[in-house]
Amino acid sequence: MDKQITFKLNGETRTIKVEPSDLLIDVLREKLGVKSPKIGCERGDCGACTVLIDDKSVRSCLILAIESDGSEITTVEGLSRTRLSPVQQSFLEHGSFQCGFCAPGMVLSATELLEKNPHPTEAEVKEALAGNLCRCTGYKPIIEAILALSSKGGKSL
Amino acid sequence: MTKLKFVGESPNRIDGLDKITGAAMYVDDLTFGPDLLHAEIVESPYAHAIIKSIDTSAAEKVPGVVRVVTGKDFPYRFGLYMQDRFIFPTDRVRFVGEQVAAVVARDPKTAKRAAKLVKVVYEELKPVLDLAEALRDDAVLVHPDLGKYPRCAWFFPQAGTNIAHYRKTRKGDVEQGFKQADVILEDTYTVPRYAHCAIEPHVIVGLYDLAGRLTLWSASQSPYTQRHVFAQALAPLGLSHKDIRVVTPYVGGGFGGKAGVSMEIIGAALAIMVKGHPVKVRWSRAQEFYNTYQRQGVIARIKLGVTNDGTITAIEHTLHWDAGGYVEYGANVVNAVGLSATGPYRVPNVKIDSVCVYTNLPPGGPYRGFGYSEFHFGLESHITRVAQKIGMDPVEFRRRNAICEGDTLAYGARMNPSGLHEAINRVAAEIRWGQKESSKDPHKVIGKGFACFWKAPAMPPNAASSAFIKFNEDGSLNISASGMEIGQGYLTVMAQIAAEILTVPVHRIRVEPPDTDRNAYEWQTVGSHVTWGCGNAVKAAAIEVREKMFDVVERALGLAHDTLYVEDEKVKCRVRPDFALPFKDFVISGIQTAQGNFIGGPILGSGVFMPEFTSALSDPETSQGGHPNVHYTVGAAAAILEVDKQTGRMRVLKAVLAVDAGKAIHPGLVKGQVVGGVLQGLATVLYEDIRYDLKGKLLNANFTDYKIPTALDVPVEIVPIIVEVAQPDGPFGARGIGEQTMIPAAAMIANAVDDAVGLRMKGLPITAEKVALELHGIRYDDVKGSYMGLCFAGQPDKYDFRTTTAKKK
Repeated sequence: MDKQITFKLNGETRTIKVEPSDLLIDVLREKLGVKSPKIGCERGDCGACTVLIDDKSVRSCLILAIESDGSEITTVEGLSRTRLSPVQQSFLEHGSFQCGFCAPGMVLSATELLEKNPHPTEAEVKEALAGNLCRCTGYKPIIEAILALSSKGGKSL
Repeated sequence: MTKLKFVGESPNRIDGLDKITGAAMYVDDLTFGPDLLHAEIVESPYAHAIIKSIDTSAAEKVPGVVRVVTGKDFPYRFGLYMQDRFIFPTDRVRFVGEQVAAVVARDPKTAKRAAKLVKVVYEELKPVLDLAEALRDDAVLVHPDLGKYPRCAWFFPQAGTNIAHYRKTRKGDVEQGFKQADVILEDTYTVPRYAHCAIEPHVIVGLYDLAGRLTLWSASQSPYTQRHVFAQALAPLGLSHKDIRVVTPYVGGGFGGKAGVSMEIIGAALAIMVKGHPVKVRWSRAQEFYNTYQRQGVIARIKLGVTNDGTITAIEHTLHWDAGGYVEYGANVVNAVGLSATGPYRVPNVKIDSVCVYTNLPPGGPYRGFGYSEFHFGLESHITRVAQKIGMDPVEFRRRNAICEGDTLAYGARMNPSGLHEAINRVAAEIRWGQKESSKDPHKVIGKGFACFWKAPAMPPNAASSAFIKFNEDGSLNISASGMEIGQGYLTVMAQIAAEILTVPVHRIRVEPPDTDRNAYEWQTVGSHVTWGCGNAVKAAAIEVREKMFDVVERALGLAHDTLYVEDEKVKCRVRPDFALPFKDFVISGIQTAQGNFIGGPILGSGVFMPEFTSALSDPETSQGGHPNVHYTVGAAAAILEVDKQTGRMRVLKAVLAVDAGKAIHPGLVKGQVVGGVLQGLATVLYEDIRYDLKGKLLNANFTDYKIPTALDVPVEIVPIIVEVAQPDGPFGARGIGEQTMIPAAAMIANAVDDAVGLRMKGLPITAEKVALELHGIRYDDVKGSYMGLCFAGQPDKYDFRTTTAKKK
């Protein structure tokens, strides 16, 4: 039994039919072609599927698509339509990724943090990233990229 | 030597924009249209059982099911170094979770539902879960047909036993060596299994089109090796290499887990069965843990003899590996250790026995470090202990015995140039070795631990690399080789190497991901060898491109070839200072002569690298006579560790690691490998704790129960140190460093724990729980409950390494 839902995805209003059991990650990836949220563990452990829903980071493998009806969803594709966001720019300069699979989720978690708290401490940065697993970088270059923005004031995100 | 302009710099990675914008496409991100089929695997619930019958009829009746595939459809074996694995087993299963059948359906939910309807009748056999039992004369055999499997020339399986491979290295006379020793220390160390935990699960999409071409989009470190293994396994169906194409876009982490062929064979096989339709096999996180490769467990006995002045006289190192149900790749890990388990030391008398044992646990295979992390834990713990025993500082002891260029290796060849002494000295200085530190918190104590390391790429002697380079109309370049960007920065490093030869800046070079239809051959991206091997091929291709440009200029304009050079993307001439021809003016369309015709045309280059000096042929009784390893990368590391005496909780206050990169092509990437590798190594000591039940079922196949580090777990400080003693046959002197960075972690922590609280932990992992129990006088083994982390029952100290089957050797 399909249900029609409407949300704003990266600034564009989208209306789509989903099954009540469809996960948001599958709807984004398979029905809407937005591929930056990745499937890593399917149980909320790894954070590779992170999206922002109404500016809050959410594991899109843990929520049903119908729960996002009426909300505003942002993925990495929505951050850099014209130019890189400051978080992306800082990640680029600090080499804050290796294989890149966790990078979309990391960028979004960092974006959420700096929106809420433009001057996070190192401890706050680590806490904010604790739900995003990275097996390559040892996290240091990610933490450094965010702290660099923190000291700049984290403006104009 | 002229000053380097691009090599040695740290530009932004050329894959950076792809990865931070979400543009990077991984296999699961590719679209195949509405005809894409999905597979679900029917798995064995038993570690060891005979398959009596498989009834697929109920599953086949489910609407939406396209095909159910079993071993009957593919009675073929496959394997990289030994063909002991089965596409789908036909007679027996050998580990819990092994694929028995696959259901291919129109959508994943239907496939999953139908897979539950496949009825498999098993006759349960006694699983081989204990190494001591596996090595008994009357052991249950995991592979009764072991003697019949095709294998590479340097494996020595023993038919009628569970010994899949036995590597023996003998140098000098160990009995004499121990007689010369003033002190002999002998002890046993254990290392359990580990999982790679790349964040991207394995995934493959296969399409066997109606014209009979098989294309595979694979999350792999090894596109060419996969094509070769697929072609070998599917040869009975009439497929040859040219009929098979493997495409590998970005890969979300490898660490060895995506080397060779594991679950990918299923994708290739299923595609054959649903001709004309693309089919996807995507592993769940749980399957990622139990049906790809795991790092093998090992129990090792070390006997080390030293004189009172701190000279090593002899080593006897015996390692029994729990290699799992299939060892087609894992046996080579055992082999590599069997050649190198002296560690980076000058040891005159050597006896190494590295024994690869089949068990009914998931297949063992390559994992970053390729066996070296495992044996370094015991060896580097032992080195510190033996130094303490003769009253010598453990760092001074390492300095005295550290291997030097020209020293004779255990198998008789000579050691390559090495910066080990510099690494030891710089790490010791950075960690303030010898200065005791204390915590302000009375419940906490601080210790320091030191470890050296080395590792060689474990490659077949004919592991070749090659590269193509072509110019574009604007003078930018495309490099097409088949190394894999698995996160290490390979693409950027290849661009830097070509940039250095051709003066084309890195941002004007595209390095293409592999496609076996187009890109030049590369054996595999493993062993930390692509910077060296593929880098040499790219360098050769770039030189060919440069020489071809000079040829064209000479033919068209009459300037002598040997007077020409390149600078700032122009061909210039030593005897004609006013001459400067931009590449873009001629590298596609040629040079127009006074007569109006054009000389030249698109400039293309190719380069090949083969380590022609290596050989795997040697005396199987001693390993003498060959040159199995191309070179070793060496280094040293140390940690400052804070231990809470009440809870056992440990915090790494500082980690320092120096690695001899030969020449750091991109120092930023080398440091990135150090930071990432140190944390992955620390995880194997402090957090990751694999558990099996007593019937061989993995209990913690997820990130909730198998803890990999988060951002909260990083050391307070990590200091990477780059040593550069050039590798003469490396591109600009470079050698690989990626795997090496995780090797010393376990031993340096074990040594720091001992320094802090006086506990010598001889088994991994060293979790807070274990430390706390030991500090309270409770033996962990007495309270751990009924599960296995290691592949033997009983106490490690009582393990008999002269178990009957192995004793005969």
